[in-house]
Amino acid sequence: MTVRRRGLMGGALLGAGAASNFLRAGDALAQGVQPRRGGTLQSILTPEPPILQIGVNNQGPTLIVAPKMFEGLLTFTPTLEPIPVLATSWTISPDNKEFVFKLRENVTWHDGRPFTAEDVIFSVMKFHMEVAPRARAIFSLIETAEAPDPHTVRFVLKQSFQPFLLMFDATACAMVAKHLFDGQDYRTAPAVQRPVGTGPFRFAEWQRGNFIRLERNPTYWQEGKPYLDNIIYRIVPDSQSRRLALESGQVQLTSASDIEPFDVPAMRSRPNLEVSTQGWEYFSPLSWVELNHRVAPLGDARVRQAMSLAIDRNFIAQRLWFGIGKPATNPVASTTRFFDRSVALPAHNIREANALLDAAGHRPNAQGVRFTLKHLVLPYGEVWSRLAEYLRQSLRQVGIALELESTDAGSWARRIGNWEYETSVNFVYQFGDPTLGVERTYVSSNIQKVTFTNTGGYSNPEVDELFAQARTASTAAERQTAFTAVQRILVRDVPQIWLMEMAFPTISDKRLRNVITTGLGVHTNFADVFLAS
Amino acid sequence: MEASRLPGFLARRVVKSVLVVLAIVVCNFLLVHAAPGDPASVMAGQSGAADPLFLEQLRRQFGLDQPFHIQLWVYLKSVLSLDLGFSHRQQAPVAQLIAERLPATLLLTGAAFIFAVGGGVALGALAARRVGSWADSAITALALTFYATPLFWVGLMLVLVFSVWLEWLPSFGMSSVGVELHGMAVVWDVAQHLLLPALTLGLFYLAVYARLTRATMLEVADQDFVKTARAKGVPEGRITRAHILRNALLPVITFAGIQAGQLVGGSILVETVFAWPGIGRLAFEALLARDYPVLLGVFFCTSVIVVLFNLATDLLYAVIDPRVEVG
Repeated sequence: MTVRRRGLMGGALLGAGAASNFLRAGDALAQGVQPRRGGTLQSILTPEPPILQIGVNNQGPTLIVAPKMFEGLLTFTPTLEPIPVLATSWTISPDNKEFVFKLRENVTWHDGRPFTAEDVIFSVMKFHMEVAPRARAIFSLIETAEAPDPHTVRFVLKQSFQPFLLMFDATACAMVAKHLFDGQDYRTAPAVQRPVGTGPFRFAEWQRGNFIRLERNPTYWQEGKPYLDNIIYRIVPDSQSRRLALESGQVQLTSASDIEPFDVPAMRSRPNLEVSTQGWEYFSPLSWVELNHRVAPLGDARVRQAMSLAIDRNFIAQRLWFGIGKPATNPVASTTRFFDRSVALPAHNIREANALLDAAGHRPNAQGVRFTLKHLVLPYGEVWSRLAEYLRQSLRQVGIALELESTDAGSWARRIGNWEYETSVNFVYQFGDPTLGVERTYVSSNIQKVTFTNTGGYSNPEVDELFAQARTASTAAERQTAFTAVQRILVRDVPQIWLMEMAFPTISDKRLRNVITTGLGVHTNFADVFLAS
Repeated sequence: MEASRLPGFLARRVVKSVLVVLAIVVCNFLLVHAAPGDPASVMAGQSGAADPLFLEQLRRQFGLDQPFHIQLWVYLKSVLSLDLGFSHRQQAPVAQLIAERLPATLLLTGAAFIFAVGGGVALGALAARRVGSWADSAITALALTFYATPLFWVGLMLVLVFSVWLEWLPSFGMSSVGVELHGMAVVWDVAQHLLLPALTLGLFYLAVYARLTRATMLEVADQDFVKTARAKGVPEGRITRAHILRNALLPVITFAGIQAGQLVGGSILVETVFAWPGIGRLAFEALLARDYPVLLGVFFCTSVIVVLFNLATDLLYAVIDPRVEVG
């Protein structure tokens, strides 16, 4: 027996009611100002992605541009309630094994062909399963996928999997057209160069190294939308030039890492600009000092605890990131489901850190150094270099000497992936649910020579067991119990030294409205965004 | 120059050049692959998620699962048939990627080159003619300043003055995007965008040419044939142009030949500061992404141009100074 849950009706079910409230809240944002049709939004994209076909390429910048052209079945509010997009409603069986989506009718691809259940099944079972590692890991749980009629899709899973819906945002599983990919190599099909989706904007032009232009889709399924005629993403590689472009009004929107954190206070003080750090709740990136447990003495929990105590996370959040983001308390970000605020890391305490290191038998030598560790600096820009310098200073206070090594992105990914590092810094997206974005870093079954797996090599059978329970439990209450227990153990063991719940500044011209209306911020389709006159 | 010796000279030089370029291709290939990391691990790092299958699929697609010597052999074969290969990362032929960026780079470096050579030689000649005067001091001081200032700083300062304070010129890009322009309006638009980057790139070389021209002209001016010319009553302007400047040009041409060879390579720094969509950035980004075919393609084009310009410079010596013989 299945419980029927409708997207825009019914209150208590899976937050569908909250979703509709939120949409109304989104409309309210625009109140007082009538949405205006027309105009070109100039924005910035850093760095330039190699390919815009989402799925084939899943880099940060692609996840910003592609969702204007491609849509998912759902998207999510800041509190991670689903909002209907290409699915109008959905029902979930009580054991979280069967998911039925009703699809929106009268939706067409940019080439005019109709969007149907066949496209959904192809996108999930073939396209993303083949090209996207993250989707593959989840979609391989699907036992059957069928289309009882052209506008209904039914998935039956091999096991209960409560976070399944979270996989249907455009950034995780964008719907792609079966007729453009089926029977071809998905990575080299012609459509990869000229993306075709159902979204409010169509691919228009891409001059590499210069700009990407998207144009209004006149046959978009939402009558009268989108409001903008064009969105242009300029490629500006230098961060100071990006800041100037924003200040001088040459662009009206920047996001992600476009503007360095230390430039943000100046942007906040400009009357024509608005700075927001909302709109990253779905991703909830969490940063940490990445430790390789195979390197002595990092396998010793006391040493890791001491390092964690030696770091002042408030300083990092306030002085290095200028308040964009907040100190991490726990391996789960506070905006991710099942975060337990009662489980928190102990506060900054140098004396206790020293005591722990003494107890672990690491006596300081004549120079006050207990031991030396190499640190691979995360090569993602100025602020990360400053973080590495701060870490060196604060760890030196407890007698740990950090030797900084610089590298470039290619070497960094290779060395982390091959476990050829002692310490580094890393940040990963949590995708709304610990099973989707936290588990991978701590379970021993995911100790692999691949970046963003459990590269540190932490292994604890209790943790493995709890994550497995939480993964397959059918109710949220059971999952919460397991996740609370696992947060307790991880905060005690400190397998990685969590630093910050990260956010990124979205800076926009005040005339630009409805930029951030969901938990995905600038990664949504921008159908509602308009330029007030 | 004896006309009969020229074909033989050219043939020998061309054969030598082809060998040099091939050696460069092999060296580049070894160097590029010596950098740690590969395109698959970069993609994995940038995507924020990966599994072993993903890495294996990419490596197979990129041809990285082949033994190293086979990869080298395949690349050499394709270069010999003038095929620069395919960028799997960007899903586009390398020749096309380079061709897309080449006009922007040639426009920028060409403009900077003409500005630098023309302005530098003129200023250097003026300074040498009026040696010791206030004009000489001013030119020398300016040249030294531009010579010693880092490019990116000059660029940022120019942007600050002309884009931010005066709001006369755009601060980045090659043209206005998102507006419809036709005919002369396009030329004017691009010219406005070109001015600051070309100036930034050109000022350093302008300083080099000015100093070089001034120094060699002063050296030549002391020589006997100049005194003879003056004793014969040749007018001072003609002495400067035909006797001093022409003889002083050889070092300038040598340097211009070197700089011209770099025209195609673009300038990573200036292209980055001004978001100019040129080859330099293409190469730099290809390096960071370990996009081997693109990087090798840019290196190949650059080395061919350098070799060609060296050859042209050698021939030009003989034209400027008949005492120089080719062969």
